[in-house]
Amino acid sequence: MSSMEHVAPPQPGEVGAFETTATERVASVDDLASLDALVAELTGKRSPFALWKRSLGGLAHGDRRAIGQELNEALARVEALVESRRALLAAAAREVLVVADRLDLTDVVATPGAGHLHLVTQVREELEDVFVGMGYEIADGPEAETEWYNFTALNVPRDHPARSMQDSFYLATGDRESYLLRTQTSPVQVRLLERGTLPLYAIAPGRVYRRDTADARHLPVFHQIEGIVVDRDVTFGDLAGTVETFVTAIFGTGIATRLRPAYFPFTEPSAEFEITCTICTGSGCRTCGQTGWIELGGCGLIHPAVLEASGVDPERWSGFAFGFGIDRLAIMRHEIDDIRSFVENDVRFLTQF
Amino acid sequence: MRVPLSWLQEFVPLATAPRDREAVRDLGRVLDSLGLVVEGVEHVGDGLDEVVLARVIEIRAIKGAERIRQVLVDAGGLEPAEIVCGATNFAVGDVVPLAKVGAELPGGFVIGRRTLRGVVSDGMLCSAREIGVGGDESGLLVLASTGAPDGPLPAGVEVGMPLAEHLGIVPDAVFDVAVEPNRPDCLCVTGIARDVAARLKLPFAVEVPAVATSGTPASRFASVVIDAPEACHHLLARVVTGIAAVPSPPEVARRLLLAGMRPIGAVVDASNYVMLELGQPSHPYDLERLGGHGLGVRYARPGERLVTLDGVDRVLGRYTDAQGRTTDVEDLVICDAHGAPIGVAGVMGGAATEIDASTTSVVLEVAEFAPVVVARTAKRQGVRSEASVRFERGVDPEGLARAADRFCALLVAAAAHGGAQAPVVAPGDLDAHPVTTPRRYLRVRVGRVNALLGTTLGADEVEALLAPIGFLSRRAEGVPRGDEQGDATSPGQDGTGQQDVVLDVEVPSFRPDAEREVDVVEEVARHVGYERIAATPRRSPFVGTLGARTANRRRLRRVLTGLGAHEAWTSSIVDPSLLGRAGVPHPVVALANPMVHEESVLRAHLLPGLLGALRHNVAHRNPALRLFEIGRVFVPVEGDGLPCESEHVGVLLARDGDDAASAVHVLGVVAEQMGLDREALALDQAMAAPEPLVALGTHPSRRALVRAGAGAGGVLGALGEVDPRVLEEFGIAGRGRVGWLVLDLGALDEAPTRDRRARPVSRFPSSDVDLSFVLDDATPAAALESTLRASAGELCESVRLLESYRGPGIQSGGRSLTYRLRFCALDRTLTDADVAGLRAACIAAVVAELPATLRG
Repeated sequence: MSSMEHVAPPQPGEVGAFETTATERVASVDDLASLDALVAELTGKRSPFALWKRSLGGLAHGDRRAIGQELNEALARVEALVESRRALLAAAAREVLVVADRLDLTDVVATPGAGHLHLVTQVREELEDVFVGMGYEIADGPEAETEWYNFTALNVPRDHPARSMQDSFYLATGDRESYLLRTQTSPVQVRLLERGTLPLYAIAPGRVYRRDTADARHLPVFHQIEGIVVDRDVTFGDLAGTVETFVTAIFGTGIATRLRPAYFPFTEPSAEFEITCTICTGSGCRTCGQTGWIELGGCGLIHPAVLEASGVDPERWSGFAFGFGIDRLAIMRHEIDDIRSFVENDVRFLTQF
Repeated sequence: MRVPLSWLQEFVPLATAPRDREAVRDLGRVLDSLGLVVEGVEHVGDGLDEVVLARVIEIRAIKGAERIRQVLVDAGGLEPAEIVCGATNFAVGDVVPLAKVGAELPGGFVIGRRTLRGVVSDGMLCSAREIGVGGDESGLLVLASTGAPDGPLPAGVEVGMPLAEHLGIVPDAVFDVAVEPNRPDCLCVTGIARDVAARLKLPFAVEVPAVATSGTPASRFASVVIDAPEACHHLLARVVTGIAAVPSPPEVARRLLLAGMRPIGAVVDASNYVMLELGQPSHPYDLERLGGHGLGVRYARPGERLVTLDGVDRVLGRYTDAQGRTTDVEDLVICDAHGAPIGVAGVMGGAATEIDASTTSVVLEVAEFAPVVVARTAKRQGVRSEASVRFERGVDPEGLARAADRFCALLVAAAAHGGAQAPVVAPGDLDAHPVTTPRRYLRVRVGRVNALLGTTLGADEVEALLAPIGFLSRRAEGVPRGDEQGDATSPGQDGTGQQDVVLDVEVPSFRPDAEREVDVVEEVARHVGYERIAATPRRSPFVGTLGARTANRRRLRRVLTGLGAHEAWTSSIVDPSLLGRAGVPHPVVALANPMVHEESVLRAHLLPGLLGALRHNVAHRNPALRLFEIGRVFVPVEGDGLPCESEHVGVLLARDGDDAASAVHVLGVVAEQMGLDREALALDQAMAAPEPLVALGTHPSRRALVRAGAGAGGVLGALGEVDPRVLEEFGIAGRGRVGWLVLDLGALDEAPTRDRRARPVSRFPSSDVDLSFVLDDATPAAALESTLRASAGELCESVRLLESYRGPGIQSGGRSLTYRLRFCALDRTLTDADVAGLRAACIAAVVAELPATLRG
């Protein structure tokens, strides 16, 4: 204390005069750094306020109270003024910064984005998810198959036209048995049945091959999804119900299904399943030939001969199978007018989906 | 199969009026629901006003035109009409339909006066299809041939008379029905009528009265012999004499036209009519032209020839395939009594014995052939005739005599209509019947029917559904019925007690497809109506799962799209030269029957397909992109097995700045995201010859094999850059480097994965040490990195290459590599002394083990 210089208590009017000066000086500061320096000068440890406060100890009780109160009130007013000035200057400084930082967000050089999944993959995954939700497993088989798996075990007669060189791609190898590119995903049915673990609820999506010339509606290489269910007491009504369930899951509740008799060697009874035309929603248009229905795929109860060929007793087990084209579904849904767009891989096409 | 409504109505009393479009559509829906899918309906009888008969009096060429000619016709006017016509199937004197200017044809096409090649056309000469009276559109509908512009016209033909009047056209509707291959019985009007009648619960009957015969027995005129009983089960020949050349009555001609066949003359028309009505093909031979007046059936001698009705000279008994290999085959022929071939059995008759206007006596061949024999011959000969289609699928073995009777009745009716003397049917058919197709009986359990369909039909209902389509049944005897309450545990029990009834069902002769109980179940379902079988939900007892394989593929696809690559799919069938163009030739799996050479082998690699996709995009000015494909590739195996099929992913990196380093980056991200143990992956640039297939098409000095597991681990794939020479082959050179990564997904599924247990993360500060070494070019940076990792020990959190520098200050043949090592302990802050010790240990290890020096 002794080292501290002695300051006299303020004379009457001295505090008021200092406050007036301080007020003027605070109001005239126009940057935050100067304000900080000024605050130290006006209210800091060496400021008149601090010195005057220290001098109060030597005063009589009454004076001490009166002057102390005067000092405190003046200091509070100056500090309040400083804070409001600080807020003002901070806002102004931020405004300057914000203006300087301005960026035109439409003036951004594009960087390469994420890639797109092929539309066929997207549709395939959507179908897989529907069936996984229904409790099915996803199965798979080779694309190069034996005649046994592709035809014989599926009850396709030896002279059936599908077996001809006109309709199927045969491999130049294989002397003892004929090999071919599978014409359908159905051989996976046989492989699953041979596995021997029943009941069976599975789908098999994949690539298949037919000896068609490529045009707007056909490719020799395309994709199908196959479904197979084998359990106790599976009925034709169950098949109809299952088709209804997955069609609703895929297309929504407004789309109905119906089964119509058809012929496939590997199912009996066999059916084609049709859905409400998705273009006209059933009122009739060119796409559905004014019928209000479009054909989606084939299905039926698994022929007992198919079960027998894989060692499953048709008296103890029954089941159904269905199949339809993944590419065809994509084409229908996205109104694609040429299926060859799928294999062209034009980035302008791929990035639409 | 085109089915006129009026013809159906002859066998089933349908109230459908042909002009009532709604009623016709309803009948179409019934056919659809029976599985007889209606692909189209044609309404006949509209739009024939202003279509008249006209006789061709002159045909002139038009200068400068090859496909059209000017035809002058007499249509009853004062002057001949001048018409421009593109058809060529007619001659002067023929009577054809003329649609006059102003006519509105079926379908709404309005005929106007037109000028073609400067020649005015005052109307149009029409085909059967154009005027809606048949399906034939190959040429004009020739109604009569008089041989000369002014010759006598046949009865009922007048120039200028309305066509509708001439044809006796009555309004009709024609259903175009797609018949499934297992339903040969529906390849005729009566078969379809039977199904419709059964569904609509209407009566149905086919009544063909036997014809009166007289005079000389048939056996005195001709004989029949079958030399191949396994191929021809039954041959019936009927002899008819005293035939006059008359046209068919209008109703016969009209129906033939509606069904898509051209009326020719009473004899041929009758044969065709019988086929369309009853499903049994037959063939009339001119008795006088039949050598030895006899018919035989035998296999053709290898190389034997016959000119058939279509004018084609056919080689029989020997087949030459697309590759030029010749094999002897069993083609069945009809021959005369001298053994000379006169027809390809079940496929087509010979030209030499054809019926014509001079024919007065015919032998009608009605046969039942083994379906497979006809199918094979028809396929080899590339013929698909109305007859062969029916024989291939199986005719009614009990319908031969009925077909012959119907044929005779039609001939008699035609003669009566044409005012000619009635033909004489010789008594006693010539009948060789070596193989009788027995009736088939099937045991059908009513309980089984309900169990399969999910229905609750009683035995009576099942029988009532089956009887109208010819499946007659009776309750089987000696089969335990169960008690009246039924077996409570039996499937599909409905409590009626009828479910245990077993039926003995006699399969009708015209249903060769019904071979098992389940085939009868389908018939029940069809006639109940599929739409009336209640849909029931079937719940899987399992929790569905994608499975590891699908889940992994999905994750990989997401990682690659995240890296900016678009997914492509390219054909698995490729040009054999593509692989060669993409690098070294390898053995490939070839197709036995490709359609074109450019698509004749299975792909052994994904690179060529993706380069093709890149080329397409480059050509469309989108050269900077990344593409990937996941798909199967095929390589031949030793011996006789199926090709080795594996699933690959190929990633083509062609963005600006992409190169081999991008491929390394992609591999790193893939490994990281797929949970692989990155430290178990190694890049092997020391590729031994011969180059493995997986490295096909890569830049020789900027590539590596990706190995899993240290040392000589299995090859996962390859990466690097596409060989510039290959880019040049694909026409996409000069656009910079293209990075490439290919992985075998089967191997990837098996690759070592990271330890999935959590490692604790230190809460204490870490310390970085940067070390720069000058390393000889012959030593891979990977060696330096692994030495650093090994020597840095447990406390080392990461080793990261910061910079690779070549240039001033570094001797050539080497480069400076700067690594940042981050050290951290779990239980304390490392001291400067700790870090200095680790640094020294790392430097010492590197300098000792590698041709490397610490850079100042």
